Amino acid sequence: MIDFTFTEEQEMFRQAAREFAETAIAAQIPRMEETASVNKAVVRGLGEAEMMALTIPREYGGLGLGYTARLIALEEVGRVSVATAMMLQVFALGIEPIILFGSEEQKKKYLPGLATGERLATVAVTEPGGGSDPACSRTAYFRDGDAYVINGRKCFITNAHIADTITVLAKDGQSDDPRAFSTFIVEKDMAGFRPTHEEHKVGMCGCNTGELTFENCRVPLENMLGPEGKGMRVAMSAIGMVGRGGMVGCALGLHTACLEASLKYASERILYGKPISKLQTIQNKLAGMKIDLEAGRLLGYRATAMQDQGQQASNEFAVAKYFTTEAAQKAAKTAIDIHGGYGCMQEFAVSRYYRDAAVLGPSAGTSDIMKIIVANWILRPYRK
Amino acid sequence: MLNVIVCVKAVPDPKEADRIRIDPISRTLTRGNVPLVLNPLDRNAIEAALRLKEQERAQVGVVSMAPPGAARIVKECLALGADRGLLLSDRAFGGADAYATAYTLAKGIEKFGLPDVIFCGMASSDGSTEWVGPMLATFLGMPVVTLVTEIVESSGRQWQVKAAVENGYRLVQVNLPAVLTVTRQLNVPRALGFSGIVKARNKEIHEWDIEKLGLQQERVGLKGSPTIVSKMMTRKKKRQIEFISGTRKEKVERLIQELLDAGVL
Repeated sequence: MIDFTFTEEQEMFRQAAREFAETAIAAQIPRMEETASVNKAVVRGLGEAEMMALTIPREYGGLGLGYTARLIALEEVGRVSVATAMMLQVFALGIEPIILFGSEEQKKKYLPGLATGERLATVAVTEPGGGSDPACSRTAYFRDGDAYVINGRKCFITNAHIADTITVLAKDGQSDDPRAFSTFIVEKDMAGFRPTHEEHKVGMCGCNTGELTFENCRVPLENMLGPEGKGMRVAMSAIGMVGRGGMVGCALGLHTACLEASLKYASERILYGKPISKLQTIQNKLAGMKIDLEAGRLLGYRATAMQDQGQQASNEFAVAKYFTTEAAQKAAKTAIDIHGGYGCMQEFAVSRYYRDAAVLGPSAGTSDIMKIIVANWILRPYRK
Repeated sequence: MLNVIVCVKAVPDPKEADRIRIDPISRTLTRGNVPLVLNPLDRNAIEAALRLKEQERAQVGVVSMAPPGAARIVKECLALGADRGLLLSDRAFGGADAYATAYTLAKGIEKFGLPDVIFCGMASSDGSTEWVGPMLATFLGMPVVTLVTEIVESSGRQWQVKAAVENGYRLVQVNLPAVLTVTRQLNVPRALGFSGIVKARNKEIHEWDIEKLGLQQERVGLKGSPTIVSKMMTRKKKRQIEFISGTRKEKVERLIQELLDAGVL
């Protein structure tokens, strides 16, 4: 029989993450909602709680706990604050290309600081021309003596204004090959780099999103990440598993929060002389939320189990990302429905969940793109 | 180097206390599927021990009497930073009251190695008797200070601690070895961390049963428990609402009188 149980250690990871989220993050949410700004105490707390170290190998100052542990942590953080989970998931997305493709020198230079939270990371692929089609990116580089020079603009970049280390995808401006992309590690203090416009999202307040501008940004030769011309592989390998997997964690956390809030409210709200949880129509909604949550967990943890075993699981993550983010959006709407008029009031957390849910869909690839990936996967054997 | 023992208990999660029921026939707690967690005040006890360890002054052991499934609680203490764990687990230990629990713990600790200091949470969140610490001290022939709120001096073999009393505190000097039961005022317990969980992989938990301890069946568990729960009742809370009428002055005077009568003012 397939063993679906978490190990005792994984249960303790969940407990640690839950305790951290409930004590260190929950109290900061009103301020995050009010200011829509990144909360420094939360970021510092994430570092102290070793949340950024989870997937970084131990020899570089990390914990080397793998991707199931990461999903557990994201799920628990997302249950309390999906904005924080999103921030955390993108830290890992910026770290992963260095783990997978970094040289020994690059790993030694960047990973220890990223593990402690002293340095924060992100990845910059999306451009105004479209995020779903990274091949159309216009940000370009050329070599100039002892440096590469990057020019261009990236948008919708999570952690844009707080990241110290940015993994940037850029096209070889001197090549006619449309696939000639390379990836670079850009540091925030490098001349010619600056974060510009800060977005104001409908939800996930407290998670920074913005634009990055590269104006003759000079990057040392040793900061090219992975082989020249293989940048698309470097960026997409991180997005395919860690990016989609991270969104699964955010979605599962939010979905759990929606269900818990709905269960509590339905058990306390009296209508027709009894709690509304006694009404079949409400039970139907609650059961639907639970069924979707269980299915989403199975999809997500199966994919991370494959990833932990070193298997390629980007297609499985596409399935899980599609299902869990769609299900979480549906759950947020159902939670509002169960709360009735109160669901529209800001005093009730479900109104925040509803706004946060809207951001889940497009992040790390829209649901439509996930379906294209899945279609390509299943049609591959039939192609002639 | 001090040898410190912390006694811990697995209790039903206080956050889900509303799901715990009391069986009217057996007069025991029916935990149902409420998960077991580390007794909240025991975390203060562990924190006190770990602070000594951080000063490189102590080795910390954790002892618990619990069903085998509660070994996770001991593991959690190791993940928090304790060095070694002992789980006293046997069917015969089931149904123990505070007396039988303290006796079994005392025998386990004697065999585990008599410590310099034993920290206990002041009370458990389920039983809440506050008896186990003092009884344990009695069985081990050690002095006990209950309700410790501050460790003032701990450099030598004579410690000075503050212990809570109503509307104040006692300043107590106690010679080691001793048992201290601690309150939540003593410290802020540390959070469980990922690296601590990983380090706990290599820490050992000893599991001892009645045979290993060499105890008689009559001295442990339900058989060894002199406590008899003779009667139980549910305390009913009823809200009483009274609207005060009259002029504003009359209403204020009446309200003040009511509050005085209720002992609030």
